[in-house]
Amino acid sequence: MPEVTYLEAIRQALFEEMERDVNVFCLGEDIGVYGGAFKVTEGLQVKFGESRVIDTPISEIAIVGAGAGAAHMGMRPVCEMQFMDFVSDAYNVLTNYVATARYRIGLGCPMVVRGPIGGYVRGGPFHSQNPEAAFFHTPGLKIVSPATASDAKGLLKAAIRDDDCVLFFEHKYLYRRIKEEMPEGDYVVPIGKARTARSGTDVSIITYAAMLWKSLEAAEIMQAEDGVSVEVIDLRTLLPLDDEAIVETVQKTNRVLIVHEDTRTGGIAGEITARINETCFEWLDAPILRVTAADVPLPYSPPLEDYVLPQTSDIVRALRRIVAY
Amino acid sequence: MALTREQKLELYYYMRLTRSLEERLVNLYRQTKVTGGLFRSLGQEADAVGAAYALDKSKGDILAPLIRNLGAMLVRGAEPTEVIRQYMAKGDSPTGGRELNIHFGGIERGFIGQISHLGDMVPVMAGVTLAAKMRGENRVGLVFVGDGATSTGAFHEGINFAAVQRCPLVVIVENNGYAYSTPVSRQTAAKSFVDKAIGYGVPGEQADGNDVLAVYDVTKRAVDRARRGEGVTLIELITYRRKGHAEHDNQSYVPAGEIERWAAENDPLDRFEKVLRGEKVKAAELRAIDERITAEIDVATDTADASPMPEPTDALRGVYADPPRVPPLWFRQDVHSAVDKNERAAGWGTYDA
Repeated sequence: MPEVTYLEAIRQALFEEMERDVNVFCLGEDIGVYGGAFKVTEGLQVKFGESRVIDTPISEIAIVGAGAGAAHMGMRPVCEMQFMDFVSDAYNVLTNYVATARYRIGLGCPMVVRGPIGGYVRGGPFHSQNPEAAFFHTPGLKIVSPATASDAKGLLKAAIRDDDCVLFFEHKYLYRRIKEEMPEGDYVVPIGKARTARSGTDVSIITYAAMLWKSLEAAEIMQAEDGVSVEVIDLRTLLPLDDEAIVETVQKTNRVLIVHEDTRTGGIAGEITARINETCFEWLDAPILRVTAADVPLPYSPPLEDYVLPQTSDIVRALRRIVAY
Repeated sequence: MALTREQKLELYYYMRLTRSLEERLVNLYRQTKVTGGLFRSLGQEADAVGAAYALDKSKGDILAPLIRNLGAMLVRGAEPTEVIRQYMAKGDSPTGGRELNIHFGGIERGFIGQISHLGDMVPVMAGVTLAAKMRGENRVGLVFVGDGATSTGAFHEGINFAAVQRCPLVVIVENNGYAYSTPVSRQTAAKSFVDKAIGYGVPGEQADGNDVLAVYDVTKRAVDRARRGEGVTLIELITYRRKGHAEHDNQSYVPAGEIERWAAENDPLDRFEKVLRGEKVKAAELRAIDERITAEIDVATDTADASPMPEPTDALRGVYADPPRVPPLWFRQDVHSAVDKNERAAGWGTYDA
């Protein structure tokens, strides 16, 4: 099997799911004729036609709202946000309509809202956001954020088959930078399960999306320079969090660093910290620390962006502090 | 095709049922048996009933009503018992006590419940009808918005997308003069809401919303167009909201005499009764319908009143399709809803056992 990029893995999932189930269709801006701003949906319209790969007006509310309506009817819409920064335009319909419809009146919304997140690409304040925390707070939604190509494929397939709305956050920095051989056959990765990306004994990093790669880099450095064995947990699903995996790694290493690219205040790291505090405080040998972006809108210029976003050296520094505690 | 005498009497039945059911709800509200607010459609029964009547149950048409479209839901099969249970927040209400008033429904029932965020049902119904079109189904969708909702982004995005996709969707702007306290003149600079159709490239029609037959005709034309594959129609129905936004609203913002004038000169039930009498329907026949309705509402009231309140822990179920994963809060013990003692919650709404 040839290696495929993270982006191609997502496209494979879309192709395979659209072939498997006629109810699956895509809608979004510039996804059809043009193939999407990042070409994720390239070739889809040629293969499946205009009615199943729909170019929409610039209308995030309509894309998500119509997705919900179609989902009520038994369709499996995959809504693309050209950049996940723009999902905020659909925030109301996602949090108030989609997330509540099943609970309130028994109408499910089996749909996916997918698109690129993340920085390190000099995209500036509106093409680099990590909006997970805005939705993490909403019961009724699920949030998935894969870090590897095979997870991107397997989780997207699971998201499309899920009976509820899944926000599927793809890190644009990873689109064409990582490659992997895809597992054989109908590869589905269950939503809600974290993965141990690297086994270790001295300290745990809990992370997701592009930060997995910086965390693994930091783990290598710690092993080589400090002889410290770092375990790295890739959450993969953010909502619901895999509490078992979190508790397991805390009980194994007793020291925790949480790394996310999103800004610090109100970020997911805070919730993970609270849960560890509530469930396994007595297992901790050091305070839980966080490496995150600084609490500013993401600036454009490289020196500014690099200063704001988490870097491998930040992770190493934080790990050393935890280990030394 | 003109409506038969039986069909016209059915229209009368639903309009009268709407009014009488709401009057009963007012009584229950005053007895503090209604939990929360009460929303009336007094004076707007014709537009809700006439429009919904133009939909075809056998073809699976789907309605998305708004807060003043109880009549439309009754036409589509909502039961008075369900409505009263909803208003009383009962455990066996269609939403099990999760949702308010007329926020309930289902695709298979032919109507779906709204949310309070105005305009949102337009894109949702764009999707419902888009799905119908993709599957080659013969369904038509109808979504109600008020004059106020036309100012939302969701309305604009929804109708625009539906128009581009030529979805089989009828969008009714129910212009009742006020959005809460805000008059139409502060809502839009457009001369009329039907003018907005031009901007979306769809046919627009305006009709007298208090003339149930005119409402039916204009909606039926739009439904037929949608079913023929001719896409979206925007309809403006002119009516008047004779009650406040909700029962608590004293309507201090309404010019003196306006409500009285509409009540005296333009009541949809009075007008339709005159039409029916002109078509040789005897007053006694209409009074018999009225009595039948009262009896039905009496039974519904007793049934709903006897219904149980929901089990508190039911609140944790059903957020996701997956088995429930919301654990009970460890500190939550023996806290009871104040409505066990008082119908209106005093203070914080709970007490310790």
